Amino acid sequence: MDALVIHRLQFAFTAGYHYLYPQLTMGLALLIVIFKSLALFRDDEVAGQCARFWIKIFGVNFVMGVVTGIPMEFQFGTNWARFSEAAGGVIGQTLAMEGMFAFFLESAFLYLLLFQEERLGPRGHWGAAVAVFVGSWLSGYFIVCTNAFMQHPVGHAVDPDGTVRLVSLSAYLLNPWAWVEYTHTMIGSVVTASFVVCSVGSFYLLQSWHVEHARKFLRVAVPTGLIATVAVAFPTGDLQAKFVAEHQPVTFAAMEGLFDSAEGASIVLIGQPDMETLSLDNPVEVPKVLSFLTHRRWSSFIPGLKSFPQEDWPDNVPMLYYAYHIMVGLGTIFIAIMAVSAVLLAAGRLFASAWMLWILMLSLPFPYIANTAGWMTAELGRQPWLLHGIMRTADGSSINVSSGNVLFTLLGFMGLYAMLSVLFLLLASKVILAGPTPAEEAHA
Amino acid sequence: MTVETVWFVLCGFMLAAYVVLDGFDFGVGILHLVVARTDDERRCLLRSIGPVWDGNEVWLLAAGGSLFLAFPRLLATSFSGFYLPLIMVVWLLLFRALGIEMRHQIDNVLWKRFWDVAFSGASFLLAVFFGAALGNVIRGVSMGADGRFFAPLWTNFLVGDQTGILDWYTVLVGLAATTALAVHGGLWIVWRTDADLRQRAAQAVRFAWPLALFLGLLTMAATLWVQPQVLRNVSSYPWGALFPLAGFGALAYARWALGRGAFRPAFFGSTGYLVGMLASAAFGVYPMVLPARDAALSLTVTNASGDAHGLEVALWWWVPGLCLALSYFWFLYTRMPATFSASDEDAH
Repeated sequence: MDALVIHRLQFAFTAGYHYLYPQLTMGLALLIVIFKSLALFRDDEVAGQCARFWIKIFGVNFVMGVVTGIPMEFQFGTNWARFSEAAGGVIGQTLAMEGMFAFFLESAFLYLLLFQEERLGPRGHWGAAVAVFVGSWLSGYFIVCTNAFMQHPVGHAVDPDGTVRLVSLSAYLLNPWAWVEYTHTMIGSVVTASFVVCSVGSFYLLQSWHVEHARKFLRVAVPTGLIATVAVAFPTGDLQAKFVAEHQPVTFAAMEGLFDSAEGASIVLIGQPDMETLSLDNPVEVPKVLSFLTHRRWSSFIPGLKSFPQEDWPDNVPMLYYAYHIMVGLGTIFIAIMAVSAVLLAAGRLFASAWMLWILMLSLPFPYIANTAGWMTAELGRQPWLLHGIMRTADGSSINVSSGNVLFTLLGFMGLYAMLSVLFLLLASKVILAGPTPAEEAHA
Repeated sequence: MTVETVWFVLCGFMLAAYVVLDGFDFGVGILHLVVARTDDERRCLLRSIGPVWDGNEVWLLAAGGSLFLAFPRLLATSFSGFYLPLIMVVWLLLFRALGIEMRHQIDNVLWKRFWDVAFSGASFLLAVFFGAALGNVIRGVSMGADGRFFAPLWTNFLVGDQTGILDWYTVLVGLAATTALAVHGGLWIVWRTDADLRQRAAQAVRFAWPLALFLGLLTMAATLWVQPQVLRNVSSYPWGALFPLAGFGALAYARWALGRGAFRPAFFGSTGYLVGMLASAAFGVYPMVLPARDAALSLTVTNASGDAHGLEVALWWWVPGLCLALSYFWFLYTRMPATFSASDEDAH
């Protein structure tokens, strides 16, 4: 196995695994602020107990995010040394900012949030929740800004020796790609948190456990879920796709499975890409819709994959195509689930609708899959570029690190993360089975 | 003073902050099994670092990120060159974090013992690894003509031209660091706990202190022999001798203060020792940031730095960022209880 492939696999695996945790952390941080706000400003005792419950889950989730996140910062230097040397002057800015602004804030207030509610009092504890929320969402911005630069470099100049240097910090931080990617990503994390809260609430309600709290979970998470599932598709997902269509037309063609250029291009619902014949097997397409969604004109021109030189194609078109379609397919189903749940909730019939609660309960893993598929779309779509238009992935890895050494560390990460999964599931289950009802009432 | 040198100092400051802060977390870990004998005492030690260990660790990330923007060539070359030990450090940090945060989650004897050993073992190994890392940087690496290197875990344990991560010098520095951090962590426990914990920690410090002093002096002598730049710098700038002098002075003060029952000053004394040693190292190799055994191939403050504009502009956000971070630390450290007692009720 080529060293480059293992470097890529390791980054993809460690980043993909890591992100399972922050997507819940960031979304849940918002929901916790909502529960705490209800408790503080509406004297809602039950909402306060709900907050306490989700803070316990948050604590376990957060530490897993930290231990899997640290390798990410190091991995730029360890596995992508040529890229780091060339682009460090630019991307180092946001990576350093993340430490300075986001991590210090989160870590300072996390302990207070987890263990010091009594000492802080209701207002202080609410403040700690807000601080952790702001810290985690700031963290998201700096990382997304770094990725946005890799997708769409701005505010920089390239020296003759290949060094990428910063010309304008504000242009770098205000990269339009970053705004779109950030809002889309963050709302995606609210989707995950909303489904997780709904799922646990449904789990309780279907067994008539902790009924009052379970209803509160659903009363908060269904509305947030509805807003988030819609907003992640429109306008943010739509905008993101438009950016890709304009600035990364090769990627756009690949992810949509558009091999041949077309005016009035169809949108593909299903169909397997065949890279030998460069076509789709058994496609189900809706004519002209892709053109309309992209340009607001039914007959607009969209270039197909075949119109670009093959060396500029993403190196795994089918994987990219599937990642994108899985994300969009699930995203559409999520809107339906939340819309129906919201209607039932408004009509006062959700808590008695066993079939809907079953769907909500079983939905839990799917936002994780959708978010992961989304990031796979972004990063597979970025290929063959590491820094779009400037440095190819194949030219960015650490050539002084042999395949034997990378494979050793990749296997080590896989083993350790398998252990983390077991630990996380064990501890999260323990918290869920204990439930949010305070001990005195549970025994009454 | 050029902007590159400014960032050399700032990165040095952040690394020193990391060593001083996470250093006492490591030190507590090193002494954890020996000083804390009962479940209550173990929980107490973990509570004494509970609020701050995560924030302390962030200094490593802040320093790493700043190194990235200020000295990208140093970061790329050293991180890939020191690939294996760096990834191992990341794994050890994972175990250390879990050791602290997992222990109180389940009330089972086997669970708690496992995480106690994980916390202590990981902390001990981290002290050794970080010490050895510093040793590697001071001693210099076998840089290739293409500006890259890859250090195997060891070669022949001699300090020659074919260096590995571990040789007699870096192992020495690793042991010196471990004893220094054991003293540092021990003085934190003495300062912030009471009763049996305080007593046993004081005993541990009294035991470790002469070791730390001896290994520290031995390391300094070995450094002068292994890295000729140090003597050159001291001859050109004799004021540089103040760093090790102040450092060893602070270490002596720490021991004296402990004997007098002045626990907070004692802790700040060992802080002074760590800062003094790190400042000595930075002063000793300057202007190199990563010496090479073939001196012509060394990475320096000038040839490893990023573009000047990026460095200048970064100061505009870094300084406010530092002020914010320091305010969180002040807030947190002043809110912590003055004393953590093993007999505290309602403690997790």
